[in-house]
Amino acid sequence: MSETIAFELNGQPVRVAAEPGQRLLDLLRGPLRLTGTKEGCAEGECGACTVMVDDRPINSCLFPALEVDGREVVTIEGLRGPDNRLSAAQQAFADAAGTQCGFCSPGMVLTATALLNENTDPSDEQIRDALVGNLCRCTGYVQIVDSVRIAAEHLRGES
Amino acid sequence: MSDFRYVGHDTPRPDGGDKAAGKAHYIHDLERPGMLFGKIKFSEHAHARILSIDTSKAERLPGVKAVLTGYNTPQIRIGFLRDNFALKRDKVRQFRDEIAAVAAIDPDIAAEAVELIEVEYEPLPAVFDPIEALADGAPLVHDQDARGNPVTSNLVPMPCRHESGDLDAGARAAAFIAEGEYSTPLIQQACMGTAGCIAEFDTSNNLTIWAKTQIPFLAQRDYNRALKEMGLVGKNARVIVPAMGGGFGTGLDTHAYEYIAILLAHRTGQPVKIVYTRQEEFAYLSPRQSSRSKIRQGCDENGKLTFREVIVLQDNGAYVSWGATYPSVMLLPVTSLYKVDNVRFESTIAYTNNTYCQAMRGYGNPEVSWAIESNLDDLAAKAGIDPYELRLINCNEPGETTPMKLQVTTCGLRECLEKTADGLDWKNRRGNGKAKRRGVGMASLIHTGGGGRIYRSDASGMILKLDDFGNVNVFHGGVEMGQGLHSAIHLGLAEALGVKPEQIKINETDTATCPWDVGTHASRGAFMALKSAIIAANKAREKIFAMAEELFADIVAKSLAKYRKRYPDYEPPAFDVAAAARRDRFELCEGEVFIKDAPDEPWLKVELSQLLRAGHFRNQGTMLTVESFYDPPNELPDMKTGTGNISATYAYGTQGAEVEVDTETGEVQILKMVAAHDVGKVLNPQTLKGQIYGALAQGIGYALTEEVKTKNGRILNPGFTDYKIPTVHEMAFPIQLEIVETDDNEGPFGAKGVGEPGLVPTAPAIANAIFDAIGVRIHDLPITPEKILDALDALKQPTR
Repeated sequence: MSETIAFELNGQPVRVAAEPGQRLLDLLRGPLRLTGTKEGCAEGECGACTVMVDDRPINSCLFPALEVDGREVVTIEGLRGPDNRLSAAQQAFADAAGTQCGFCSPGMVLTATALLNENTDPSDEQIRDALVGNLCRCTGYVQIVDSVRIAAEHLRGES
Repeated sequence: MSDFRYVGHDTPRPDGGDKAAGKAHYIHDLERPGMLFGKIKFSEHAHARILSIDTSKAERLPGVKAVLTGYNTPQIRIGFLRDNFALKRDKVRQFRDEIAAVAAIDPDIAAEAVELIEVEYEPLPAVFDPIEALADGAPLVHDQDARGNPVTSNLVPMPCRHESGDLDAGARAAAFIAEGEYSTPLIQQACMGTAGCIAEFDTSNNLTIWAKTQIPFLAQRDYNRALKEMGLVGKNARVIVPAMGGGFGTGLDTHAYEYIAILLAHRTGQPVKIVYTRQEEFAYLSPRQSSRSKIRQGCDENGKLTFREVIVLQDNGAYVSWGATYPSVMLLPVTSLYKVDNVRFESTIAYTNNTYCQAMRGYGNPEVSWAIESNLDDLAAKAGIDPYELRLINCNEPGETTPMKLQVTTCGLRECLEKTADGLDWKNRRGNGKAKRRGVGMASLIHTGGGGRIYRSDASGMILKLDDFGNVNVFHGGVEMGQGLHSAIHLGLAEALGVKPEQIKINETDTATCPWDVGTHASRGAFMALKSAIIAANKAREKIFAMAEELFADIVAKSLAKYRKRYPDYEPPAFDVAAAARRDRFELCEGEVFIKDAPDEPWLKVELSQLLRAGHFRNQGTMLTVESFYDPPNELPDMKTGTGNISATYAYGTQGAEVEVDTETGEVQILKMVAAHDVGKVLNPQTLKGQIYGALAQGIGYALTEEVKTKNGRILNPGFTDYKIPTVHEMAFPIQLEIVETDDNEGPFGAKGVGEPGLVPTAPAIANAIFDAIGVRIHDLPITPEKILDALDALKQPTR
């Protein structure tokens, strides 16, 4: 039986029906029409479906939809400011070739954002530790790590 | 520094913002009104007769709109040799054979319905090893060919051989000979975005299909043939390619799931979407072929190569894809990597009941380069010559004609070798690492860099539609799959035409609107797009300047009048615009039209959009559209002789690795890699780096971890849990990129293709470094810790 849940999605309240066993990923991509979150593997191995729940990055393919009741969820769409303004992490990924095919990019950007929310001066090792659950087949990760470093510099006001 | 305004300068790719914002739309994200969801029932045997298929329960499930089998649909033959069917009748030949399919109103119902389909089989003897498959008495995978002729062996009828010079004389002339056997595994392309399509018919029975394809126009040909087989004679397939979550060769064939979506869409009259899950992608989408190579090569006292022989056996699996044309590319390194006169190559491809294979990045090149470059270090050891020196002695040169009859235009291999040796500090680090278990190794590559003719046309076209606002709308048949094709067009076309990159608007690849292109493969995308862009740009410039000859003087007269109104004291310099306004005196730069030797006055510059509007909004006005079509000066190789100048230019490169091997655990740690690549000319530094870093990561996976494991034809590791592609941690070592620019004459702005080269030499470079570190030679990819430990154990055993 479906239940009505209420939570904050990208800064705005939503009420929506969710079912036991439904994945948060499907709730977001289906009824909530947020297709920026990608399904890459459905088993928590690739990170393409990463969203933030209460500021922590999680794999929405493993996360039950019902469990976001009363919590805050941020998807890739929620990072963008008004008038299509990109967030610091999004802008850095766009500028510094952090994206190629782009399928892993929303998850990468969200994972990077969660890191940068806690630490605006991460070492490369800390960046890699944060991104280890996000697979990319195109970039070899080099310019993804660069992008996160550039976003951090930007957030610190150094660029 | 670049000599160009845009080309060669670091520029964000035009699709980067949307991708970082989650606004790029992949097949997974697309919907059509009234769309149904398709799901496929796959075989549960590797080789079996189908006795019965009971779909009655599935048909009764509410929400199911159609259940199809090979028995209630027209037979659609598919595949390179047309030895496969969209839905199978009578027999299955591999675990993933498509037996039935469902269309339903939601994906869960479709999945449930597929579970309700009951199939009775009579298992048949099967064969899973290509050597056993070719032995007498082996079970036949196919007992007749596409024409109905009886088949008596599992040999795929696509032989390729090459013989040049005198192999025996070359062997006699050799002072040192190394031989060995090398193998490469099945691997998954592992695109982050899985395969899928949406098929939709209109009531005239014309098809539109949104497909994850690298070959929209060959796909159109394939689908049109299928429509004919469905009785829809004279009907057309329109192929549209949405954003692609990676390609890596998976899109070089049309696939059964696409034809099944077509059949379901036709039966139901509604759009049907099929998207693979990750598990389905691993289990039911064709991986890269496995290969076994026997190699023998020799050199004289001075290290000069005297002969090379490579004999390759490939496991094709149950059906033939374009991947079976791998030997046309294997010929490149076998015959033409380093100078060697006496060469023999032979390729055999065997049908088995394993999953059928298809192309992947590098297209046969990594498979044989693994053997050639590993074996070359063995030869160096036998000859007592430093492996780097051995490569320099035999290095290719510009102007060479190779045994395959490749016409080498530019060749930066020597510089690549030198930069790799420098980057690794070769002289100091080579060979003295045994105590520390550290070592360095290198390997090189040759690959197609100027198109790759494996089809009768290797062409590509472009249409430019200029509008009233100065936009240059681009229609091109190549496919952006993440590699940066659109970035190349964005910069290269702006450069060639003389507009700003932001004026370039690249449209979706669509067979209905874009000119023909053979496909995005062979590292040809940017090369071909920019060759056709330059031709189109030149045509557009001619037309713009002809238009300016008529209109420019009037436009600037009005501009001058306005200017003088604003600045009453202004005295224009003496310049006879009407006399100077000749088509050969105009220039177009950054979107402004002006006369080359005119005074630098603002009113003497006309925005392209203003000129175009003046041309449009006059009596008998005109709009400006141009088209181009470029077929490169290369040849379709003759597979009987293994010769032909397959590409208009060739890419070269060398990669070097420094590794540390833990002899207790067998773990290999990469300490550093150097990647030196002759790219002709850099188009966009950041997209170039992305291509090389990304390919190198795939090369690392190929070298160390990746293998699709099978048992009796069943895939055992269908997911990222057990199939390990490199994570950011495996790529934490420094990569020194050395870009060699040889400025190729045929290349657009001097550029060569660079899409595939980055993964070709990675595995042998690492294996050669391991050999340097611990003295063991690994012959079989991937180089797992177990193989290292086994090889170390074998080293300790006294030889009998």
